Amino acid sequence: MAEMNAKSPCDGLLPIAAGDVHLSEIPMTLMTSISPFKGQTAALSEALKAAHGMALPAPNRATGRDGARVVWIGREQVMLIGPEPAASLEAHGALTDQSDAWAVVRLYGEGAEDVLARLVPVDLRAAVFKRGHTVRTMLQHMSVSITRVGDSAFQIMAFRSMAKTLVHEVETAMKGVAARDAS
Amino acid sequence: MRLSGKGLIDRTKPVSFRFDGNVFQGFEGDTVASALMANEVKLVARSFKYHRPRGVMGAGSEEANALLTVGRGAAQDPNVRATMQEIFDGLETRSQNRWPSLHWDMLSVNDLAAPFLGAGFYYKTFMWPKAFWEKIYEPIIRRSAGLGALSGAHNPDRYEKAFAFCDLLVIGAGPAGLMAALTAARAGADVILAEEDRLMGGRLNGETEEVGGMAGADWAAGVVAELEAMPNVRLMTRTTVTGAYDQGTYGALERVAHHLGDRGGRPLECFWRIVAKRAILCAGAIERPVAFQNNDRPGIMTASAVRTYLNRYGVAPGRRVTVFGNNDGVHQTARDLIAAGVHVAAVIDNRRDATDSNDYPVYRGAEVCNSSGRKGLESVTFRSLSGEDKVETDCLAVSGGWNPSVHLTCHMNGRPVWNEAIQSFVPVDGMIPGMTTAGACQGTFSTHGALSEGAAQAIVALDTLGISAKVTDIPKAEDAPYEVAPLWAVGGKGRAWLDFQNDVTVKDVKQAASENFASVEHMKRYTTQGMSPDQGKNSNVAALAVLADATGRGIPETGTTTFRPPYVPVSIASLGAGAQGAGFAPQRFTTSHNVSVDRGAPMIEAGLWYRPSFFPARGEKTWRQSCDREVNMVRNAVGVCDVSTLGKIDIQGPDAGAFLDFVYTNMFSTLKVGRTRYGLMLREDGTVMDDGTTARLGEQRYVMTTTTAAAGPVLRHLEFVHQCLCPQMDVQMISVTEQWAQFAVAGPKARDLLNDLVDDDLADENWPFMACGPIKVLGVGGRLFRISFSGERAYEIAVPARFGESLFGELNRRAEALGGGLYGMEALNVLRIEKGFITHAEIHGRVTAFDIGMERMVSAKKDCVGKTMSERPGLSGADREQLVGLKPVGPVKQLTAGAHLFEVGAAAVRENEQGYTTSVGYSPTMESYLGLAFLRNGRGRHGEEVVMVDHLRDVTARCVVCDPVFFDPEGGRVRG
Repeated sequence: MAEMNAKSPCDGLLPIAAGDVHLSEIPMTLMTSISPFKGQTAALSEALKAAHGMALPAPNRATGRDGARVVWIGREQVMLIGPEPAASLEAHGALTDQSDAWAVVRLYGEGAEDVLARLVPVDLRAAVFKRGHTVRTMLQHMSVSITRVGDSAFQIMAFRSMAKTLVHEVETAMKGVAARDAS
Repeated sequence: MRLSGKGLIDRTKPVSFRFDGNVFQGFEGDTVASALMANEVKLVARSFKYHRPRGVMGAGSEEANALLTVGRGAAQDPNVRATMQEIFDGLETRSQNRWPSLHWDMLSVNDLAAPFLGAGFYYKTFMWPKAFWEKIYEPIIRRSAGLGALSGAHNPDRYEKAFAFCDLLVIGAGPAGLMAALTAARAGADVILAEEDRLMGGRLNGETEEVGGMAGADWAAGVVAELEAMPNVRLMTRTTVTGAYDQGTYGALERVAHHLGDRGGRPLECFWRIVAKRAILCAGAIERPVAFQNNDRPGIMTASAVRTYLNRYGVAPGRRVTVFGNNDGVHQTARDLIAAGVHVAAVIDNRRDATDSNDYPVYRGAEVCNSSGRKGLESVTFRSLSGEDKVETDCLAVSGGWNPSVHLTCHMNGRPVWNEAIQSFVPVDGMIPGMTTAGACQGTFSTHGALSEGAAQAIVALDTLGISAKVTDIPKAEDAPYEVAPLWAVGGKGRAWLDFQNDVTVKDVKQAASENFASVEHMKRYTTQGMSPDQGKNSNVAALAVLADATGRGIPETGTTTFRPPYVPVSIASLGAGAQGAGFAPQRFTTSHNVSVDRGAPMIEAGLWYRPSFFPARGEKTWRQSCDREVNMVRNAVGVCDVSTLGKIDIQGPDAGAFLDFVYTNMFSTLKVGRTRYGLMLREDGTVMDDGTTARLGEQRYVMTTTTAAAGPVLRHLEFVHQCLCPQMDVQMISVTEQWAQFAVAGPKARDLLNDLVDDDLADENWPFMACGPIKVLGVGGRLFRISFSGERAYEIAVPARFGESLFGELNRRAEALGGGLYGMEALNVLRIEKGFITHAEIHGRVTAFDIGMERMVSAKKDCVGKTMSERPGLSGADREQLVGLKPVGPVKQLTAGAHLFEVGAAAVRENEQGYTTSVGYSPTMESYLGLAFLRNGRGRHGEEVVMVDHLRDVTARCVVCDPVFFDPEGGRVRG
């Protein structure tokens, strides 16, 4: 009997490193997009808190931590990353499985901000873009979600189909930054 | 000639490089210009139009003469300023715009023909015959006049772009810039200090003056060291801020690796977009030459450049130097030369009250009026009240005063104002929101003034950001007043150059004025003064002073031309960094991509996606053979095709059904759970937007499919409709295109293939045509839709994308076991044409539901987006071009897409056009080419014959008009 083998979006592409900066794939986990129904935003936030210990994040913010996080991804849209969504959420919003839709990578190391500065037109300096801040923006020509998840660590989400381009773009920027730092 | 013991070069590090094939020695810290000068190479270039011998005239990015080509082969870099190119071991440079060599340039005959080559020459001479312009005149002109050339080959160099943010951007690191940056940095602000040179310090590196009791260059180095140690400061050397844009955004070009032999993986250049809350322009000033007869000979340069070569590079630009000018800078130059042991032949000062000297002869109230020497200066002639005199000299240092570098302040259409005291244009406040100016670019020419203004402007800028900065002690520095007498062009015969880069002379400007190109903008365009890489850095003010004189106006009334970005030339490669080749757009790959490529399928682009065109089997030599086989396979057995690229949108909420009723022309609120329906969507203007199937997965949940190309636009449209047209509806939507890998399994054996792959019995009573629902695929949760784009019994099976590759392989194995296999886009296209199914080739943005025969799908029971507009007169009726089928009936059996239709016997001209073909393909099923077309009143003309004419491919075929559904019009096969 044939078997169904799972393949992650960045299979065979990651991890890579250049200088002090590393890019690795975050192992696939459950990802559920949640959009509140009319007038249900507060109730949804309460339900999220009760079930998963995290409030609904404001725009450009993420709540939670590694393993269980809620990231704002757009107007009336957040992504629950990690836990299986509690059934209690369903009354308050539209839940959609997105576990396979995104390539999710972690960029970390001293020069991570410098690498992203080559690709992203948004101010990601630590003083401005703090831990728990997130943004929907462009990475070169790609639409992405970027969240600061550590002092010099970022989570980047791009469409699964664009995983190869994502890795290529970030790797090119990593090499450029590493080459300059080497001098 | 190199002087001992002077300069900021590292004499322990000799460097050798090539210029025009010859090897020269210099030191680390040298530019090509300074190193060639040390080797007494004077002739380095030929001029743009007249091919006159030219030498270095400046010491920075304003250099107008010494443009070189750097490197060889694909990546050769033309028009590099010798004054900006740092030397490194192995550097290769060549002179430009000469043939066969710099010393024997055949085109220097242009110089003899100069009387005919003045301003407006092209416009007057090459008028006739008209047809000669493109083929003969222009190519000849382009070859004989010009700068360096690109290689024409793909550039393998890597470029980079980057973004930066700061509280304060300081542009230029001379005394004003250093002081501004230091003041702001000490106050804790985030500061970016950008400097064009490799070395910060500006004029301090080229002068002998002291700052704070030490050499100016040492003071600058001390400030740089302090700034470097501060975490809130980013120092950017070799970085030219090239433009000021909206909302505090500045463009800056960083020359990352032009100075390195071994780049070690660095990009060649990086183009920065710097967003600054405030900016201070400390761009300094550019010394201007004076126009006199033959003022362009090698050896004639600006006085400040002479001092820079002397003091910074330890190079004497000549052995007997003459200095000429209208301000005290000439005396400083003479003193520096004497101190360096260089003979000063004469100082010629046009001011009658100029100071005299015991160290060198001073001619007061005198002007240089001519020069001689073929490939290098030999003597100059000067004129005073006592008549003309001649002095032997091999270098003339000229100063006509200083032009503040106001360029950036003008990038948002502001105009500088004339300052009579300094005979220059200066910026006024507010020309660029958020930017102020300090130092020489503001017209403050003393070092003390620059230091104080830099500090003061930093305090003001930070204050507006709520950061309080302390007044830093201003170091003691020179504070002499700047005294200058007007001196633009010395009268006399012959050509006196204003714009060295474009070979524009005083005579040209006067001629423009006499031909009534009297506005400064007209004069610029008529003479080309101030154009191209130079952007008028050297010549602008002098040229308009000459124009003012010629037109009897004052300089302020004449005004300046518009300074536009970029301040220095910026390579397109750096602006578009990362977008070379395949980097132009992201690539989207399906989960089946590797399997398809392994099977030898040529991949074609569909939007950003890559999809297999066909899957060549052993022995197949043409795509048609593969396509025909794949079509037959689907019609007779079973085929598998990746359809994941179609847009999929998850739509949920209590009002999901009502929302779909509003965006689709037909009803979806009545669709049963577990069923799928074809839907048609109109734009607001009533034309067809997209089509596709939508499945109802639950009471409040639908999943919509869109065409591949319209996935983004349709989701955007839905968001628009929800947010703007029916915000009261309780509905949410999100793309799930990427979540699911979805494969079409089509053909009479499709059910046999799937039956033991899924956990459900696919008997038709459970899974009739248009059924849908959740299903387990080899134990994995998936979805099944019984829909068909081929007219055969078909299913689309979806699993989470991680399992896509695995399932695709398994489907292929099972299909092959049943006599089927994979099929690509070509076969998919033929299959749908046989069935008359439309794609965006048909719904191309100009057709209505009526045109495609779907007007009955616009429900009369409800309103929908575009309905009212689609009912406008002219959008339906016999005059419309309507969708029909075409089959060839004449001797030519081929049809082509994009061809036009004519009545039999009518001339194939635009006025007779009856319609056009949109999709064609050879149908192995019908053993004929089939076409879909739009034909005027087409539905009423079935059975009639028309002529298809493709003027581009030269194909003419007689066709019969028929129903667009060629195959199985009753639809029996799709139901099984």
